[in-house]
Amino acid sequence: MISSYLPVTIIAATAKFLPHRQVMPAYVILIYLAAAMLFALSLKWLSSPKTARWGVLAGEIGMAAAIIATLFLPEVRHYDWIFIAFAIAIAAALPMALLIPMTAVPQQIALFHAFGALAAALVGTAEYYAHGASLGTSTLVAIGFESLLGYLTFTGSLVAAGKLQEILPTQPMNYPFQNVASISVLGASIIAGAMVVVIPANPLVFPIFIALCLLFGVMLILPIGGGDMPTVIALLNSYAGLSASAMGFVLNNKLLIIGGALEGSSGFILAMIMCKAMNRSFINVLFGQVQAGKAAKSDDIYGGNIKSVNAEEVAAILDGARRVAIVPGYGLAVAQAQHAVGQLFELLESRSVDVQFGIHPVAGRMPGHMNVLLAEANIPYDHLMEMDRINPEFENMDVVIVNGANDVVNPDARDNPNSPIAGMPILNVDKAGTVIVIKRSLSSGFAGIPNPLFAAKNCLMYFADGKKAVLDIIAELEKL
Amino acid sequence: MNPSLESNLFVFALAAFLGYEVVRRVSPQLHTPLMSLTNAISAISVVGAIAVTGAGHNTTMVVVLGTIAVTASMINVVGGFLMTDRMLKMFKKRKSQ
Repeated sequence: MISSYLPVTIIAATAKFLPHRQVMPAYVILIYLAAAMLFALSLKWLSSPKTARWGVLAGEIGMAAAIIATLFLPEVRHYDWIFIAFAIAIAAALPMALLIPMTAVPQQIALFHAFGALAAALVGTAEYYAHGASLGTSTLVAIGFESLLGYLTFTGSLVAAGKLQEILPTQPMNYPFQNVASISVLGASIIAGAMVVVIPANPLVFPIFIALCLLFGVMLILPIGGGDMPTVIALLNSYAGLSASAMGFVLNNKLLIIGGALEGSSGFILAMIMCKAMNRSFINVLFGQVQAGKAAKSDDIYGGNIKSVNAEEVAAILDGARRVAIVPGYGLAVAQAQHAVGQLFELLESRSVDVQFGIHPVAGRMPGHMNVLLAEANIPYDHLMEMDRINPEFENMDVVIVNGANDVVNPDARDNPNSPIAGMPILNVDKAGTVIVIKRSLSSGFAGIPNPLFAAKNCLMYFADGKKAVLDIIAELEKL
Repeated sequence: MNPSLESNLFVFALAAFLGYEVVRRVSPQLHTPLMSLTNAISAISVVGAIAVTGAGHNTTMVVVLGTIAVTASMINVVGGFLMTDRMLKMFKKRKSQ
């Protein structure tokens, strides 16, 4: 129903134009229509790793066709600056896309969000300064949304990228009356935006509006800690899309509305999935201060119950195992241990041990990040199991190796209703025969609470760096 | 209501719904490439930036803002698609023995 309705609306609507836009030639409209359908197909093909690369190709063809058709629009008369911009963009984008290490993909994507949002915001600003008070109310409202979302996503994404790259502190940065201050700035930006619509000819309101939006983006993201980055980056993804969509309303271009709306809903779904995986609400992620946990003291839980092992002992345990699960967390990426884990996988498989990876939705710094890191380490994707698929399997596992994960394997989330993370879905690694936790120390994860798993009867702690530990286990296994 | 606004709202609502239905089916394994691909697709805003920048009767300010916008969104287009493909290339099935 949708696919048959879209073309009708697009053709019917593109016949009517804002006064300052020329009528688009029919062939451009048809190419835009084809591009919109290729974009939808592109996301559909992404549903499985088998067809995913066709999805990228479909998107690329749609994009190239739309750009070429736009260059032939009669209203486009000057090409010098456009081609200079193309050249700069290609020179800048190639190293970003091709050289960036996979561990740095989250901050790269945050930067892409910043660029996309900046483009939308600047086009809105250019439209305002080109046509100003002659624009109709609905166009001015659309420019308001475009600029608000565009500018706040621009600075917000730059702050997020800075935190992910650890240029800015990754800890939550809190100050007194922080939420009051943030909400006041948001309120002030909305009022300034409304004044742009009401008194568009006033030369002061638009610059003030821009400044407030830029400031709000910083204030929104600065207080948020590293553990919440997967939600934040998904939310900024959604905002970047919505700002592009608002630009479509300003320019009366259906292709922009569709392209932006696809990203807007995609980012929204991902942010919902991340919130659900942490058992938190959007409001709590954005405005929640770090709760002082009522958790038990770590000494009461750990005292006398921690059993430590070395590489030789782990190798001996793995030697007798038939089914092994590996649970990676962000610590694995920090230790750059994904390739070592890939070698361990190969070695165990060659000894006909069945190895699966259990991946929590918030493992890593953005949705799906851990899967990319493990795929890079040559682990076949049919061994990368999402939480709901692997949880029923743990009781049949001889050994689970937890590397660099903490809160997402904390059984308190499931068993202790008073825990600060109560209700958060976890990987039930404690159901397995033996759990080996590779970790530098007993320090707590993002939630700042002790983990009773470490003191469990079937749990062995291997205190070491995530990469060195795996390499040592491999060396010991090869001796057996 | 302005007729173009009306049809734009219809297109937006249906495209958001279509996006929701399609993205819901994307494997969680591919959520990072998904984010990078949707970001590349929404960089279709480059066509708006081109139309604004190339228009005949522009002031210097509009040309400057437009040129930065074309650069920023084109970085998104080129970088977004290339990085998505680079990630997806790594997702392989088990080697046939």
